[in-house]
Amino acid sequence: MIQLDLNIILPEIVIAVYAMLGLLGAVYTGKDKTAGMLVWLTAALFVAMAFWIGATGDGTNLAFGGMFVDDDFSRFAKVMILLAAAAILLMSQEYMARMGSLRFEYPILIALGTVGMMTMVSAGDLMTLYMGLELQSLTLYILASMRRESVKSTEAGLKYFVLGALASGILLYGASLVYGYAGTTLFSGIIASAEGQAPIGLLLGMVLVMVGLAFKVSAVPFHMWTPDVYEGSPTPVTAYFATAPKVAAMALLARTLYDAFGGVASDWQQVLAVLSVLSMFLGSIAAIGQRDIKRMMAYSTIGHMGFALMALTGGGAFGVQAMLIYMAIYVAMDIGAFTFILTMQRDGQPVTDIASLNNYASSHPARALAMLILMFSLAGVPPFLGFFGKLYVLRAAYEGGFAWLAVAGVIASVIGAYYYLRIVYLMYFGKEGEALDPARSPVLWGILMASAAVMVLGVINMFGIEGLAQAAAMTLVN
Amino acid sequence: MTVMALAFYLFAISVVIGGLFTVISRHPVHSVLWLILSFISAAGLFVLLGAEFVAMLLVIVYVGAVAVLFLFVVMMLDVDFAELKAEMAKYMPVALLIGVILLMQLGIALGAWQVAEGSEAARQAVTPTDTHNTAALGLLLYDQYFLLFQLAGLILLVAMIGAIVLTVRHRTDVKRQNVLHQMWRDPAKAMELRDVKPGQGL
Repeated sequence: MIQLDLNIILPEIVIAVYAMLGLLGAVYTGKDKTAGMLVWLTAALFVAMAFWIGATGDGTNLAFGGMFVDDDFSRFAKVMILLAAAAILLMSQEYMARMGSLRFEYPILIALGTVGMMTMVSAGDLMTLYMGLELQSLTLYILASMRRESVKSTEAGLKYFVLGALASGILLYGASLVYGYAGTTLFSGIIASAEGQAPIGLLLGMVLVMVGLAFKVSAVPFHMWTPDVYEGSPTPVTAYFATAPKVAAMALLARTLYDAFGGVASDWQQVLAVLSVLSMFLGSIAAIGQRDIKRMMAYSTIGHMGFALMALTGGGAFGVQAMLIYMAIYVAMDIGAFTFILTMQRDGQPVTDIASLNNYASSHPARALAMLILMFSLAGVPPFLGFFGKLYVLRAAYEGGFAWLAVAGVIASVIGAYYYLRIVYLMYFGKEGEALDPARSPVLWGILMASAAVMVLGVINMFGIEGLAQAAAMTLVN
Repeated sequence: MTVMALAFYLFAISVVIGGLFTVISRHPVHSVLWLILSFISAAGLFVLLGAEFVAMLLVIVYVGAVAVLFLFVVMMLDVDFAELKAEMAKYMPVALLIGVILLMQLGIALGAWQVAEGSEAARQAVTPTDTHNTAALGLLLYDQYFLLFQLAGLILLVAMIGAIVLTVRHRTDVKRQNVLHQMWRDPAKAMELRDVKPGQGL
């Protein structure tokens, strides 16, 4: 019995054991001198695990009495999380070593946080959900304040921690109300307890749980922490915030809504619709005034989360499929965009000022072109991949009977295009300014080019993720 | 029954009052003391439910360790609480508005509260009849909720790593004690005996 259960969570066990061994090994040997090697090792393990999960996973398996679910949906999300985390690790190694802030705890914490995220997307019980969420959040709080000598980094960590604790409290309160109504915390029990119109206890609990999760995906009006935390954290950590945890939280939201509250879909759809429309508009409008590119990317994240939420609002298997595809494209774009931000430096110091990109194209044509493709893709301009992601989402909303939401999405997207295109404008037509240093890192160059290439080549068949996302969505929604 | 009900209301009211005064008392040390009252009353509620072990944990861990730690932190940190209070007063109207709205919503929820069919059956008995309290908790933790227990362990590990990452500083300008170094010190090399002639000095 326990043997079977442990077999199902084997990938999580492997990563957790690796993290502990790595921690012990690094402490007893070279400490921070081993950090570079540990980063590469962790990234390699993530990629290997992603392939293992993708290749060997089969069917729907329940472990620990249904508290842990391993199905197509969770496997899709896990592969996405692992690959995103591996890419972030590769990006950060060179940058953090240059800043002198590469410590051996960094890859270890990311590995443990990844275990948390993998638990989140496999949650089949409100308690598993909470445990995964806390494991993930705790590593994020630490990572945000990792640069101790910087006041901003400390502030980011503290702000995130205090607000995150509040969100956790709200989520737990909601979970207790749900338990009070349903008498069980298992998703299978909760969904069996209500059909059609949600009774008031379940409704209140569900909304509070959604509030807690909306905080994690930084949906408006629970987004306040995002710009400050993105700005204050070390840039590789910001890139990490924007990718893997967002995928995990979004997948967890989808799983909770369908597996636990699937019977009362009409009740949560209206909540999601409000979150979605607010996020899209705030993300688009507030980003316009930003001068710091990391803050701008924070608002960009908020806007994109609005779109992903719109896909979920549309509902049904197609909605979930659209959400998964959108998140996959979003992660690929953001990894590219943040790689670009990592290469921005002047006199060896990182700069995040948007104005420093003035006339960038004349000195770095290849990287400017890659950034142009990424920005067009983020804005959703055809023929790049980002456009097809948006198309999927709009279709999901329209087919779900939320035509007004789709229209609002198009309007927000047009407003948002302004600030993405402004970067392109500055790079190509900006006035002469002090040039940025030429970056010499082949790893960053490779990731940036690969990400831009994905945006162009992906339009052919999206690398086949459509079919996989559909299979994943079908297992969740039935 | 009436004694139980009386005890319940006594504990419940003192939990709420303790929580309220934790937030609004002027002196931070008083806040911590009110918090302790809140914890102890909550422990009383657990005893009423028949969960003695959890009640004892609450008293030992929360009152005994956490609250005392709070007390130390509050006394040692030089935080200007008056300024914090002024800041709080600024946001008070909004906070009160949200609080009142939340309270009203909860009132509605409790007024129309209903439970799902079969939820009573699904809910396990608080006090199992055949085993005693601590054994039942052990069964839950190490058997049914094995996964959650291990995950909680991982969370604590992360917290520990975090505390070390964020606070330990290996400063190079501080002299540290090296016991081996001290033990291997050779008196013959460490000091030199000189014969000082009277009236001449060195």
